[in-house]
Amino acid sequence: MLNITKNTNGTALTIGLEGRLDTVTSPTLEGELKTDLNGVEELVFDMEKLQYISSAGLRVLLSAQKVMNKQGNMVVRNASDDVKEIFDVTGFSDILTIE
Amino acid sequence: MSVKELTVVANTDNLSAVMAFVDERLEELECSMKIQMQIDIAVEEIFVNVAQYAYQHLSPEKRAEGQVTISVEDFQAPLQVAITFTDSGIPFDPLAREDPDVSLSVEQRQIGGLGIFMVKKSMDSMEYAYKDGKNILKFTKEL
Repeated sequence: MLNITKNTNGTALTIGLEGRLDTVTSPTLEGELKTDLNGVEELVFDMEKLQYISSAGLRVLLSAQKVMNKQGNMVVRNASDDVKEIFDVTGFSDILTIE
Repeated sequence: MSVKELTVVANTDNLSAVMAFVDERLEELECSMKIQMQIDIAVEEIFVNVAQYAYQHLSPEKRAEGQVTISVEDFQAPLQVAITFTDSGIPFDPLAREDPDVSLSVEQRQIGGLGIFMVKKSMDSMEYAYKDGKNILKFTKEL
């Protein structure tokens, strides 16, 4: 289960993720990002309530990062220690901006 | 020590049933949230791998019958679990694949192979065998 909340402020978009970003839920986020990122210059993923991320979720974050590299910047906020450890193991700590 | 087993059709639609089966056992064993998440990731990555590749050479009708059995065994001193995936699909050793380069830049990063790499990094041991027409993949983790 994944709940996605969005908050737009001009060209800034904050996406809150709650629950699990896995093989089953990642396609939903991926589909929404396809249209949501149009015109966005500042993208924030708020992961305070994200409990779990697998490689399917990492894949979506990587493609979002690639899009944002062309049109602005992307930040990951409030990730739990467990999620941060996944970013460390996979080298995602080096390619994402984690605050 | 006990062994619990679940057999399902190898389809990602069954992922939540597989996760529920594994999580129930881990909760009984009073596994920490951190380790449960690591094991969940390992289970998801392996299960999805089997669901996507093991029976792809078959016709859609046969593919829809392709099964995978997941067993969870626990051991004492120290408390640990061994989780085994057994399928009758094409021989495939996920451990033979080269690890992805996790130091590449965002533009060069390839996502393929990352799932198995995460499992290798987070579990204590991982082994693969092909026996009697079956792929047997087993990993262990101390709780």
